[in-house]
Amino acid sequence: MNRPLTIVVPVKHVPDAAQERVLAGDPPRLQRGTGILCELDEYALEAALQLVEARGGTAAGHRVLALTMGPAPAADALKRALQLGADAAVHVLDDALAGSDAWATALVLAAAVRRTAEEEGRPVDLVLTGMASTDGETSLVPGQLAERLGLAHVGFATALSLDDDAAALTAVHATATESLRVEAPLPALVAVTDRSSTPRYPSFKAILAAKKKPVRTWSAADLGLGPEQVGTVGSRTEVLGAEARPPRTAGRVIHDDGEGGIRLAEFLLAERLV
Amino acid sequence: MTTTLVVLGGTQRLRRADRELLVLAGGLGGTHAVVPGAPGQELLDALAAHGTAAVHVPAGEPDDRLTTPLTALTEAAARACAADAVLLSATPEATDVAARLGVRLEAGVVTDVVALDAQLTATKQVLAGGWTTRCRARGGVLVATVRPHAVELPDPAPPAGEPAGRPALRRHELTDGAPAARIVGRDPLPPTGRPSPAEARVVVAGGRGTGGDFGPLEELADVLGAAIGASRAAVDAGWIGPEAQIGQTGLTVSPQLYVSCGISGALQQRAGMQTAKVVVAVNKDPQAPVFEIADLGVVGDLRTVLPQAAAHLRRLRS
Repeated sequence: MNRPLTIVVPVKHVPDAAQERVLAGDPPRLQRGTGILCELDEYALEAALQLVEARGGTAAGHRVLALTMGPAPAADALKRALQLGADAAVHVLDDALAGSDAWATALVLAAAVRRTAEEEGRPVDLVLTGMASTDGETSLVPGQLAERLGLAHVGFATALSLDDDAAALTAVHATATESLRVEAPLPALVAVTDRSSTPRYPSFKAILAAKKKPVRTWSAADLGLGPEQVGTVGSRTEVLGAEARPPRTAGRVIHDDGEGGIRLAEFLLAERLV
Repeated sequence: MTTTLVVLGGTQRLRRADRELLVLAGGLGGTHAVVPGAPGQELLDALAAHGTAAVHVPAGEPDDRLTTPLTALTEAAARACAADAVLLSATPEATDVAARLGVRLEAGVVTDVVALDAQLTATKQVLAGGWTTRCRARGGVLVATVRPHAVELPDPAPPAGEPAGRPALRRHELTDGAPAARIVGRDPLPPTGRPSPAEARVVVAGGRGTGGDFGPLEELADVLGAAIGASRAAVDAGWIGPEAQIGQTGLTVSPQLYVSCGISGALQQRAGMQTAKVVVAVNKDPQAPVFEIADLGVVGDLRTVLPQAAAHLRRLRS
């Protein structure tokens, strides 16, 4: 009935969107200074934690595993995931991975999910992701990961639940015009939006407990991938150039003297916007 | 010569986003189209007027699986016409289809494209509209999702006229057994009578400064035929549904006009307005950062400024 679940949550260490972000170099790459756990990944982690907590949590044998690929500082994103409640973490760390596009990223993450299942000695039931990273913003990795792993896939999910025997899931998939209720057999991959839940804050106890949780580190070779399959050379897209958008400059500012609305309307007419 | 495969959103008529894809494809070379079900006559006529060489349709009835039937149909069509590029309109569903298609075709996938040149170099905005990049597929096929309103349509639209010739109809038998989610229910979003922020030419967006009353914004939006958007703060406060949210973790929109009302314009909020052609801001606080980026800023109370603007526009119109 309540069989132990294994849920993998891919997470990303990204530059803080509240700070200025810069592309530089040839080919242009995002300059990665201090970063944070991608805000959108916290929703995936929260969804995973809620699913297992409703079924007895770690004590009942359920496992939530955070997975990342990225340079050494990406370990900070895993640390945060462990503080939030993940049971263990996997870090795919290899210089050859730099510059990976969605194609190469999904290839690496798929290999890491398979390897995780081997190490855990049981299959992965669910891969839960955020809807996008806040740096690349492509939303491609969930679909590409599902395709590579041969999993049923629900993208842009705003709600998620499992049936009693964890054989299938029910989710709500948001489109621009309707909410679709969908069902999928497990194992499956679900990408959740920021409407799916409210992520928790780690408690002091959880922050202390996180220090004792295991982090596995693998190279591309550990996953059976050659350097030509990953990073810039393994990617299917290339960035030819990047330009900072000219900053928007202030136009006219007027103070409402009782006719502000009329001025606004006249501006729209003059600009042929109505 | 470039062969471009355009994936249409419906089976009966062309939506604006579909026409944009067809215009974009027509500028590159030959066009093929994917229609997700049995195509209606009006749609076939419109495709003929766009010079579409062939229309690819499923042989059977569309089923209730999410994403995979359209992925399989598009894959089959792309192989059948040896497409150099596959274009989809940038919606959530199309993004998932593009992702899976990319793996199957070993294609380079670029999302949220705003321009595409003859060499299939795509231009897109990244980092919340702060940067523009040019990118392309490294050999092989390019799969691209295209932002609504990225392509200018001929205005006024030319009459359909004499079709250049009927597109050939290609039916594809699909045997895609991949595990998939099934659709078991559909709940239409409550009708607002307004366009969605993602597709609207004009967006009127409200933030904390509305105090929860979107009435004045709706009044102006009615006159402008605009969508209503909202900042994260307004959504979190429960003043408006999450489908209206614009910004870093919500929709990034590219309208002609963005009217920002009671939004301070902090860095994350700017994500939603960065790529608008014209930004107008109304805010009580003269120090609000939004005035640093607005083409026109009105320092004032949105509860008086917006209704006055709406009334003036109505008066001029009548």
